Amino acid sequence: MNERLRVLVAKPGLDGHDRGAKVIARAFRDAGFEVIYTGLRQTPEQIVNAALQEDADVVGLSVLSGAHMTLCTRIMELMKKEGLSEVLVVVGGIIPDQDVPKLNALGISEVFQPGASTEDIVKYVREHARKE
Amino acid sequence: MVKKGLERPGPFTTVSGVPIERVYSAEHIRDLDYDKDLDDPGEPPYTRGIYPNMYRGKPWTIRQFSGFGTAAETNERYHYLLKHGQTGLSVAFHLPTLMGIDSDHPMSEGEVGKCGVAIDSLADMEVLFKGIPLDKISTSMTTNAPAAIIWSMYLVVAEKEGVDWKNLRGTIQNDILKEYIAQKTYIFPPRPSMKLIVDTFEFGTKHVPQWNTISISGYHIREAGSTALQELAFTLYDGIEYVEWARRAGLDIDEFAPRLSFFFNAHNDLFEEIAKYRAARKVWYKVMTERFQCKNPRSAVLRFHTQTAGCALTAQQPYNNIVRVAIQALAGVLGGTQSLHTNSLDETLALPTEHAARIGLRTQQIIAHESGITNTVDPLGGSYFLERLTLDMEKGCWDYFERLDSMGGMVNAIEQGYPQREIQEAAYVYQKAIERKEKIIVGVNEFVMEEEPPIDILLIDESAADRQIDQLRRLRATRDNERVRASLAQLKKAATDGSVNMMPSILDCVRAYATLGEICDELRAVYGTYEEPIF
Repeated sequence: MNERLRVLVAKPGLDGHDRGAKVIARAFRDAGFEVIYTGLRQTPEQIVNAALQEDADVVGLSVLSGAHMTLCTRIMELMKKEGLSEVLVVVGGIIPDQDVPKLNALGISEVFQPGASTEDIVKYVREHARKE
Repeated sequence: MVKKGLERPGPFTTVSGVPIERVYSAEHIRDLDYDKDLDDPGEPPYTRGIYPNMYRGKPWTIRQFSGFGTAAETNERYHYLLKHGQTGLSVAFHLPTLMGIDSDHPMSEGEVGKCGVAIDSLADMEVLFKGIPLDKISTSMTTNAPAAIIWSMYLVVAEKEGVDWKNLRGTIQNDILKEYIAQKTYIFPPRPSMKLIVDTFEFGTKHVPQWNTISISGYHIREAGSTALQELAFTLYDGIEYVEWARRAGLDIDEFAPRLSFFFNAHNDLFEEIAKYRAARKVWYKVMTERFQCKNPRSAVLRFHTQTAGCALTAQQPYNNIVRVAIQALAGVLGGTQSLHTNSLDETLALPTEHAARIGLRTQQIIAHESGITNTVDPLGGSYFLERLTLDMEKGCWDYFERLDSMGGMVNAIEQGYPQREIQEAAYVYQKAIERKEKIIVGVNEFVMEEEPPIDILLIDESAADRQIDQLRRLRATRDNERVRASLAQLKKAATDGSVNMMPSILDCVRAYATLGEICDELRAVYGTYEEPIF
């Protein structure tokens, strides 16, 4: 790959639990990716706008509040509308098993549940970004 | 002489990465002075416990944190828990309430009733405590940025039921510093937030004397990834900061300090955690008597609540969490906690089901009634290992305090991002240690099962949000809106003035059924909002 992968790490909704977002942002950085962290409490509009402005290859969403279905549905609609369908979107957080296929159906490539290792996440992103 | 046996390559460290020796002996605690460092339970510096009789007198309060959906659903859960032997209530609010916005705010979409109960106004609070005798049950409320407002709602419910505020017992978390440091559920900038907190101290001392007006919390600091020592040091230093601000506002330390309470995490490392609680009492005693020269002996006594570590539970093989919680709860009890929440086995997946919550409750009852450890006070006191850990934990605190003093206190340190960076670093180191298998987490990086049977989880009824928003709209249409406007105008005036206690104006807004969002909007207009710099 000639250019470094650009990853947007985002925290949608009201949830302030940013341990996971911060850890994964650092793991991406250590893996040589370019990382942009949005900070907390971003609306779907702000996140999609940031993905557009920053020319992100990957968007990583972190949600622990249980609002993931509402927030991800809106974000994926906006991504499509903005012509960002080729951007790889992954989600991490407190996501129950039964919601995983629903998130996949929205166009989210992978859902990382509690216990996922940063190595696996980095590997997945490396293998799947800029492929579609 | 016996030869030193072979050892695994190690490292032999606590969960927090502190190196541990092969064996501890009298040599290791040569610097320990019984009278000065320990003394008997109930005697300063309270290392061994704050009461001479501890659980032989009264067992700890079983206080399970709970809330979801609407007030009516949560009220039903409270009655269920009380029927099954829980001895105190603990309210979990949904995120919009914690952020001071109403359920129909655009940012609330998808969040209503999800990780706690939806409370928009006094009307919801009346339903939440329906049929619960407020003069008999103590209630803890996990609310920080809007704590003064939520507390006011509770006080007005009591007022309407004819319960004297002097008989109310409970706690508001009201600890904004750890929000900036760790949990990030803040609204206003640090300085006006500190003013609101000092106002609650003053009001509580005069009008609600049995209420704990703050629960200075390490729990969230630990959940954000800190070490045990960082949890302890930052929490106690937050306590120092609150005392400083209250004194500067002219409050008498010996009037408000006895109502300060604390809240710690119980992680997996049994001895490290017990050492943390023992050191907490000792360090706080020294801070209050030496640094602040308090006169009232009760000012120097650290009382605390414990919750088992949510971050230590695993989504994999979730029934194993029952065992983890039991060990963590044991640490809290062996460390002399005043109240305890035991997490449910399904917390890494969703809010607990009734069944999972009951197992959490039963875990405490088994420890209390079957284990025998409540027969004597501080049963591990004198252990070479534990006493060494306790002394080291104390020493580590003084080192952190020195650094924080040199930064000009905690508000300044937060503005510089110091505690935030320390915690982020520790969280990353911990994650890497797990990935390198230096730390084994059963079911996650060892003893893994490929196919696991799914367990039932609690699904929040999505119609709860619609019901909540309907109720809110009905309230806005039927209340005396003139009275609401007048009370909000008065609130804004008091906030702008900046020198008066805010509680009376907040209480008037609440009595008029102004919503939480409306009240916070007035305060946001005067105080501004806080945006965290990215560290």
